[in-house]
Order: sequence, then structure tokens, then C-alpha cells
Amino acid sequence: MPQAQAKAATTDDVILTVEGVTKHFSGVTALNDVSLDVRRGEILGLLGENGAGKSTLLKILSGVQRPSSGRIVFDDSEFSPADPQDAKRLGIVTIYQELSLIPTLTVAENVFIGRAPVGRLGLVNWRRMIEDSRRIIGRVGLTLDPRTPVSALSVAEQQLVEIARALSLESRLIIMDEPTSALTENEVQRLLSIMDKLRQEGVAIMFVTHRLEEASAICDRMTVLRDGRLAGHLEREGAPIPIPRIIEKMVGRAASELYARPHEREVSGDVLLSVRGLRTVRDAEAPHAIVLEGVDLDLRAGEVLGVAGLVGSGRTELARAIFGADRIAGGTITLEGKPIAPASPADAIALGIGLVPEDRKHQAIFAALGILTNFSVAALGRFSNGFGFMAERRERDSLAEYKKMLSIRMASPEQAMEGLSGGNQQKVVLARWLARDPKVLIVDEPTRGVDVGAKAEVHQILVQLAERGIAIMMISSELPEVLAVSDRIVTMRRGRITGEMPAIEATEEKLMELMALDRREGRAQ
Amino acid sequence: MSSTAEPGERGGINFARLLMSFGPLIFLATLVVIFTVMKPSFIDPINIFNIMRQISITGLIALGMTFVILTAGIDLSVGSLLALCGMVAAVVAKGGAANTLSLSAGGGTGYGWFAALLAAVIVGALAGFIQGLAITRLRVPPFVVTLGGLTIFRGLTLTISSGGPISGFDASMRWFGNGLVGPVPVPVIIFAVAAILCHVVLRYTRYGRAVYAVGGNAEAARLSGLRVDRILISVYVIVGFFAGLAAFVLSARLNSSEAVAGMGYELTVISAVVIGGTSLFGGIGSVGGTVVGAALIGVLQNGLQFNNVSSYTQSIVIGLILILAVSFDRFLKSRVRR
Repeated sequence: MPQAQAKAATTDDVILTVEGVTKHFSGVTALNDVSLDVRRGEILGLLGENGAGKSTLLKILSGVQRPSSGRIVFDDSEFSPADPQDAKRLGIVTIYQELSLIPTLTVAENVFIGRAPVGRLGLVNWRRMIEDSRRIIGRVGLTLDPRTPVSALSVAEQQLVEIARALSLESRLIIMDEPTSALTENEVQRLLSIMDKLRQEGVAIMFVTHRLEEASAICDRMTVLRDGRLAGHLEREGAPIPIPRIIEKMVGRAASELYARPHEREVSGDVLLSVRGLRTVRDAEAPHAIVLEGVDLDLRAGEVLGVAGLVGSGRTELARAIFGADRIAGGTITLEGKPIAPASPADAIALGIGLVPEDRKHQAIFAALGILTNFSVAALGRFSNGFGFMAERRERDSLAEYKKMLSIRMASPEQAMEGLSGGNQQKVVLARWLARDPKVLIVDEPTRGVDVGAKAEVHQILVQLAERGIAIMMISSELPEVLAVSDRIVTMRRGRITGEMPAIEATEEKLMELMALDRREGRAQ
Repeated sequence: MSSTAEPGERGGINFARLLMSFGPLIFLATLVVIFTVMKPSFIDPINIFNIMRQISITGLIALGMTFVILTAGIDLSVGSLLALCGMVAAVVAKGGAANTLSLSAGGGTGYGWFAALLAAVIVGALAGFIQGLAITRLRVPPFVVTLGGLTIFRGLTLTISSGGPISGFDASMRWFGNGLVGPVPVPVIIFAVAAILCHVVLRYTRYGRAVYAVGGNAEAARLSGLRVDRILISVYVIVGFFAGLAAFVLSARLNSSEAVAGMGYELTVISAVVIGGTSLFGGIGSVGGTVVGAALIGVLQNGLQFNNVSSYTQSIVIGLILILAVSFDRFLKSRVRR
């Protein structure tokens, strides 16, 4: 890995100062009195768990949102951009995980979007545009033809094009949001060495990441957030910042009080679902998507198995493969001792498997339709008679039962789903599966977009379901959640299982290490 | 989290919501009143049945189109398909291609009305099935597939008929177009029965729920275990079936099947569905709305004709109403959301 240039930065070099920034969203404090600074020619790491406030801070710095209070100074003047365009004009460019290039246009067109060089007649000077973009992308080590359409580029190359464009806009601060999560090992190394080169040229970079070893290798300093507050600053002193110190800052000493403590429950159930050597197909249309590289897993009746992994670890892919939503390249799945090969979600559901997907809005709910339809959609067979007519009375009675059991707050069964809060929507989706009486229920990020009070309720529901004998596989990137709900925990990274332990023995530190570190690089030094 | 409902979770009666459900109906009633005031004879039962008979052909297809649009699809081929099915019905009614030039009812060589009807709906449903396959298996958007269908079916029609009409059916077949049961024209009865059936299917059956779910969110429907592709194919079969049925009724009524029949019907049909409140994005809409939408267009055409407004101007008015209806719907929705 490239070594940081340990040059003594003085405070005169400060380009960005954030002072006591706070952000409230309708009663929730997402950021609370956060301060940090970034200096010219350095890479500042911004770290924290999910929900720590990183994205809120990014949104403020990129002009998407305004702080509720606090002060930001950029390049010696007050920084309060009206919108993202304005932030760019002022010299701060943010490169998000979802890249903002236009795939159908060429590299050159993307680099010069909105500012194409024109000749005397007001027509685009293509030759100059192509030559200039060749020079611009050369700065980040890209040698490809600027006339290539962006859709033909890998994610890594697209990222570099975005960085190059940012540089050509004379950005003085580049913020990178999880830039390495979709890259291969080699691509990561290349990106890090380009970041190193830019640092030597005096560019300031803010590196937002989950990947601790990368952060440790490249960052001069780090700012760590926890629960919306500043957890502390770390500075490189000769050697890279030690990973255990980062983890300690990220998770804090006390586990969050919002969650129950891990507890021991007697799980004597038999193995219900068993996965051996599961691999998924590398899709030619999405060559950079995560694939499973041989996953072994056992799930017992009546237990909650927590699957902890970062974005891009393959946790969602594992769920989708078991559920028949994605194609399997190899390996076996057995349910109650019998091999199964679900070719579609309908097959998996018929076998008694349910999935509460990660992206509720796009994959789970029918926003414009009524709660009743949202509830019964997976069990239409159970709520209809032999002639295909809906037994609406039975359907309504059943919904009323689950409404009580899960305390769903709703006005009427006809109310549109979009009118419910995230937590209540999630409860309706859970009720949808309960109505089918599943043997195995996979829940992917069950409390994403669910407010704090309802989170605890969802956790309770999951534990209750397990007590009724359902085998629950809970995928989550929130470690306190994994610890609070699971009986047993496995960790995933890059399409593989990297560890397993009973929840009672697990700590956030242990899990974080297994999720964020490559084994072959050894544990934290 | 207290026990009270959160804001936006309150149900109850809401003026905008009420308008949204009954808007097209109120608009229809207003139009009837205006036309009656302008010319009292507008409301005569004869004229009313006349309007109903006029709308029954496009109305039948609009019922099928409601299924398609509910899944966020579209079928542009229905006009051409109607011509094709009509021509097939005519050939069968005449007892084979050799007899099609005769203008008489065929003197016992034909296969009868039932065979003609059967042929029309089978051809329609089959055409829909093929288009549905292309949409789901080849992943070509419905707009493109059915745009292709529009020219293919017209071409097939012209090939079968050599360009000319096939005329002269026996009385039993003509009854389906011109007959009366009491004072009610037979096409109106067919339309009414079909509308009730469609309403029941969409509102009360498992299949109906699945159609709404696929239109509301296809990915969520798939992950909920619905066979999305099968449902998509089925709606194109349904609209094809209704194009065949409408073709049979139209041929019976005109005592002739023409190669140029149904030109531009797709636009009238889609207009009726959309004016009736069905969303082109899928998941929202009803058969009742479509019936009202079809009636609205029928009343408008008839009423303007009654007052000697030229058919050119009629087109302009109907186009404006279409845009107005949808923008009004949007406006109300933004109100309801708030």
C-alpha cells in the first residue's frame, strides 16, 4: 500500500473547517455539534458505523442540505452553498457510491458536460474537447480513448473519470463516499495510489469509508463519528493509525442503550436450512457485482442467525440466492434434509421460505395499493376459495389479528401503504410472511428506515417469531442490532463467511474485525 | 410512539379523495345536463341507447385495455387486431375464402355465427398471447411490441381480404349488431355483461389482486411469489379476446367486415381508460372508471354532433378533455398526499 507522506501539516494549510455543526430532522438529531478540519495535501478519513451521521455531514458539505446550526469555513470564507451545483462551483466536489456520469455519453462528453469548448460559430469543438479530456484523465492514470462511452467502463474507471472531472473543475476538496466498496483488490490499490499522488500535488481529500485497513493505510488523520456526535480524532504518527484504536472509537465503550443486551436462549431446534458451497453467477451485464464464492451455513429451527457484513460483502446476494431470486452457479441448499433448488421466489415461497427484502420501497411494498392487498399478496391462495374468489372476510380478520399482534398503527385496511410510517410498513411486510406460516424467514436490514422506537418493536417481533419455531436469518450492518437479536452470528466479507460465534461471545469489536479485515492480512496489528 | 395514529395515517372522508373517485362521473353528469339544456331531445331514450350502442364497440376493448394499463402496459395494436378478427369472422361466416365475394348471406354454405364468434375471439386471444410472449420473453417494451403488432395485423387483414370488404351475413349473426331485447340494443347488453364480469374479476378475485400487484410494483410482486410473466401475458390475451368480441359485434352491426375497420380505435380506447382514472403507471384504476370514461367520450361526440359541431372540432375537444382529465387527477392526487 502507498505510504502516507508524513509531512508536517500546519494549521495554515487548513482548507475546510467545520465548527459545531448540528442537523435536526423533524425531531431527530442526525448530527450533534460536530467539528473537524481538512488540510491541503492531506487525506482525512471520515469513519463511523451506519447511522453515525457520516451521510448527513456529506449532504451538508455537498450542498444537498443545510445545517440547523454551526459554521463551515472553506478557503477562508463562509461556506453556505444554495445547492449541489453551488457547492461544486465553490470548490467542493463529492463523488458518491452511485456515480453521476451519464452512461450513454462518451468519456469526453462527461468530462466536459455543461461546458463543452465551442468554436466561433457556437458549435462544439470536438477535437479540442477530446484532446483536453485525454490530458485530464491522464492525470489520474487513465489512458483510454476519450471517445469511449462511459457504459463500457468498469466501475473503477468510471470513478477515476469522475475524479478527473473534479480535478479539471479546479476542486480544492474532493470528498469520496465509500469509493472502494465496489472495486476489486487491484482496483483498490490503484485508486489508493492515485489518491496518494493527488495528495502530493496538494489536493485535499476526505475519504469516507468502512474499510478499516484501507483507511489505516492511506489516511493522515481520521475523524470518527458515533451516534451523530464526534467520537474523536486520530492522527498518524509515523506508522499507520492502528486498527484497534479506530474500532474502539467507532463502537465506543458502552453498547448503545437502545438495544437489549445479548442473551442466551435455549435453541434446541434441528438444522432446518443448510447451505454448502453456494456460489452465484457472475453476470456479464454487471461484471463488478458481488458474487458468492462458496458459502456454508446452517440455520436451526427457532434460532435467529445474525449475518453481519458491510455493503458489498455478499449478504444480500446470499439471501437472494436462497430465495431463488438470483441464479446459482454451484453448491447445494437443503431444507429439512431434502435438497431444494428454487428457480424463482415463487418456488422458494412454496417451500416455506420468506424474504423481507433490503429495499422496502422498491422490492417489498406496493405504495399506492391498500394495506389489505399489501398484506395478502404472498398468500392469495390461502385467502381465496376454490373458484379464485377472494375470501375477503377471512383476509380482513387475519389482518386484524396481525394488526393486534404486531401493533400496526393504521387507519383502515383500505388505507394506501404509502401513508404508513416506515416501521408500520415493515410490520405489514412481516405480517405478509406470517400469514404464510413460513419455516424460514430471511430478513434483510429489517430496521432500515424505521424510527428508533419501532426498531425495538421489530426486534421483539423477530425474537418472538423464533420462539414460535421459525428459523430466522437476519442480515444487518448495524452491529448493535445483530448483537441484540441474534442467537448466533456469522460475518461475511467479499462473498465469503469469515467467522461464526454465539451472540453471547460476540462483541462489536470482534465482529467489526471479521467484517472489515481480510483474513490473509492477519488480524489487527 | 403513542397509541394515536401518526399524521397522514388518518382515514376519513376527504373532499379531494371523494372528487378523485367520482370526478369523471360528475363530469359526465354535467355534460349530460348541458347537452340536454341546449337540446332537450338529447335525453330521449332513443338517443341515449344510440350513444350506448356507439360506445359499446370501443368500450368492449377498453375493458380489456384496463387490465393491460393496470399492469403499466399498453396495447396499440387493438384497432388493427379488431380489423383482423372481423375479417376472420367474416371468412368463417361466409364458409371459406371462396365465398367472400358474394354479397348474399351465403345460402347455407357458411359455418354460422357461433363459429364466426369463436374464430374472432380465438384469433384475438392468440394474437394477444404472442404479443405477451414477446413482451415477457424477449423483454421488448409493450409499446414497441404492440406498435409492431399494429402494422402486422393490418397487413394480415389486407392480405386475407385483398383490400376489399367482405359483406352480407345471415340474420342470426346480424342480430348481435342490430337486434334489440326490449328497448335495449344487443351490443349494449354484451358490453354491460362484459363490464360486470370484468369488474368482478378485478375487484373480487385472486387474479384481480395479482394484476393490481404486478402493476403496483412488479419487483415486489415477483418477490412475493407472483408469476409476473404469466400475469403479464394474460392481460394481453384478455385485451385480444375483447378485440375479437368487439370485431364480431361490429361486423354484425355493419353487415360487413372492412380491412380499414378500427383505424385509430387504440387512441379512443386508451383515452377512455385514462379519462376513467386508470394510471398509465399501473396499479391504480377500475372497470367502473373505464365505463364512465367510454361514456364520457360517447356523450361528448354525440352531443357535439347533435349541436352540429364538425367532427374535426370534436377531435380537438376530446383531445383537450383527455389532457384536462389527467392533469386534474394529478392535481387531486397531490392534494390527497399532503
